[in-house]
Amino acid sequence: MAEVLVLVEINPAAGGPRKTTLEALTAARALGEPAAVVIGAPGTAAGGRDALAEYGAAKVYVAESDDVDAYLVAPKAEVLAQLVGEKSPAAVVVPSSPEGKEIAGRLAIKTGSGFLTDVTEINPDGTATQVAFAGATIVHSQVTVGTPIYTLRGNSVTPEPAPGAATEETVQFTLSDAAKQTRVVDRVVEQKSNRPELTEASIVVSGGRGVASAENFSVIEGLADSLGAAVGASRAAVDSGFYPHSFQVGQTGKTVSPQLYIAVGISGAIQHRAGMQTSKTIVAVNKDPEAPIFELADFGVVGDLNTVVPAATEQIAARK
Amino acid sequence: MNIVVLVKQVPDSGSERKLDPSDNTVARATADNVINEMDEYAIEEALTVKEAHGGEVTVLTVGPDTATDAIRKALSMGADKAVHVSDPAIHGACAPQTSAIIAAALAQLEYDLVLCGAESTDGQVSVMPALLSERLGIPQLSGARKLTVDGSTATIERQTDGGYWAVEAQLPAIVSTWDTINEPRYPSFKGIMAAKKKPVETKSLADLGIDPGTVGLATATSKVVDFAGRPPKGEGVKVPDEGDGAEKLVGFLAAQKIV
Repeated sequence: MAEVLVLVEINPAAGGPRKTTLEALTAARALGEPAAVVIGAPGTAAGGRDALAEYGAAKVYVAESDDVDAYLVAPKAEVLAQLVGEKSPAAVVVPSSPEGKEIAGRLAIKTGSGFLTDVTEINPDGTATQVAFAGATIVHSQVTVGTPIYTLRGNSVTPEPAPGAATEETVQFTLSDAAKQTRVVDRVVEQKSNRPELTEASIVVSGGRGVASAENFSVIEGLADSLGAAVGASRAAVDSGFYPHSFQVGQTGKTVSPQLYIAVGISGAIQHRAGMQTSKTIVAVNKDPEAPIFELADFGVVGDLNTVVPAATEQIAARK
Repeated sequence: MNIVVLVKQVPDSGSERKLDPSDNTVARATADNVINEMDEYAIEEALTVKEAHGGEVTVLTVGPDTATDAIRKALSMGADKAVHVSDPAIHGACAPQTSAIIAAALAQLEYDLVLCGAESTDGQVSVMPALLSERLGIPQLSGARKLTVDGSTATIERQTDGGYWAVEAQLPAIVSTWDTINEPRYPSFKGIMAAKKKPVETKSLADLGIDPGTVGLATATSKVVDFAGRPPKGEGVKVPDEGDGAEKLVGFLAAQKIV
C-alpha cells in the first residue's frame, strides 16, 4: 500500500500531537497508509508515539535537531522534501496552520509539485474539497503535477482511531545554510488561557460590537467557560479594542469550523461569515432582528445579550 | 533602502464573488475589483520604513490590465513607481507559477526589502513569502504584526496563537504583514494627482525571460475540477426574548445534546 506522509503538529503544552494531526492521519487513509513525520527539537517524538499508533501511523519518521526549532519554517520543509525523495510517498498531508501552509508551499517548490491549502476533505481519487469565497462556494480541486501536497483545515475531519504499528525510523539529515536564514529569537506567550485552542475547539462562543466594551467580554467568557468553549471575537470587537486580535474570527483572522458556534452581538458581516460559515450548528444572540447573522443561524434569540447570555450561562451551569 | 511591495487586485470581498464556469478560474473580468485590503498595510509599512531610512518604494503586481487601478491606489498612498506584469498567458496560473513570475520580476529590480500582505482575500493561500523565499534564496519573515529594520537586519513579531515569535534575518528579506501592524494612510488629493504622473512599467512574460508555455491554466500544478454554491441552510428558528430567551436557548442546546 502506498505511503502517505503526515506532518505531525505537536502541542507544546501537552507534549503530544495536536488534534489536527489525528485529523490529518484520518484523512490521509483515503490515499494510502499514513506515515507520521515528527520534525522538532530532540525529544519531540517521545510523547507522541502512542497517539500516532492509535490513529493509524504505520511508521513514525523522527527527524530531531535543535536547529529545526531555531529557524522558521524552512528546516521542516527541507526535511520533508528529503523524505519525499527517499520514500516516494503517494501524497503529503500537513495540518493547516500558518506554518503548515508555508511548509506545504516550500515543499511544493522543492519537489516541483502542486499543493492545495485548507482542504476540508481528501477523496480516494486524490481530489480534495475546499471552501472558497467566505464559504459561499464549494470547490473540488486536484493537484496535477508531482507529489500532491494537502493542508487539512482543522475540525473538518473527525479523528477515527485505527491501529498502526508506529514503527520508528530515525531520519538522518543536515540542514542547508538556505534553511537557516530566519532565526527564531524568542517565543512569547501573552495570553495564557485554559480554554481550548480556537481552531481546534468543538464549541466557540464569539462576541462582537454589541458586547460594547472590553470589560463586558466577561459575559462571553462566562458562557464559553460554562460550555468548555473557546472564545472568539469579530473584527469590529477587535478593532474597538474589546479583545485581542489573535482571537479574531473572520477574513483577516481565524477560520473555525466547530460543532457549535455561538455568535453574540455579532451582526454577521461577510467579513465574519468567512471565518465561521462552515460551523455545524450556529446560534446567534442579537438585539437587531434584521441582523444578517440570523440568516445563518440554526437558532437565534432576538434580545439583549446582557440579559440573555448571563441567564443562559447560569442555567447551563445548573444543569451540570 | 529600496523596498518592493507586492500588490494584488482581488474581487471585493464585500461583493458577490464567483468562479467562471467556462474554466473554473476566479471571475475577475466581471468582478467588482479592488486592491487586496491586506496589501494596504504592507504599503503603509513600506512608506514608514522609507520615511525612516530613505530609498524608494516600488509596487509590483501580476495581473490583468484592470489591475492598474490597484497600482494607482498604491501610488496615490505614496509609492514611487510600479511594475505591472501582464500577459494573457498568465490567466489561471497557480501559486507556484505566480511565485516564479514574481521572482523573475524581482530579479530585475534592486531591493533590500520585499513587503506583502499576509493573505489575499480571494485565494487565501497565504504563502507567497514562503514560495519566494524558496525561489530567491532570501529569508522569509512572514505574518508580522511589527517590523523593525536596523542596519542590515530585519526583525519582526510573528503573530501566533496567544502571542508572538520574535524572528530575525539579514536583508534582503521578504516580510508579510497582518492588519495589526499599522493604520494605512488615506491617499491625499495631492497624492492622487501625483500618482497619475508616476512611472508604471508594464512587462510581459517575454520581458521576464519566462516561457509562456510554463505558466497559466494549461500547465498549472493544481486545478479546480468542479464547483458549486454552498447548499442553502435550512430555515433556522428565530425567537424573540420575552424574558424566556435564555431558557429557549438552553432548551435548543439541550435538544442538540450539547448541554
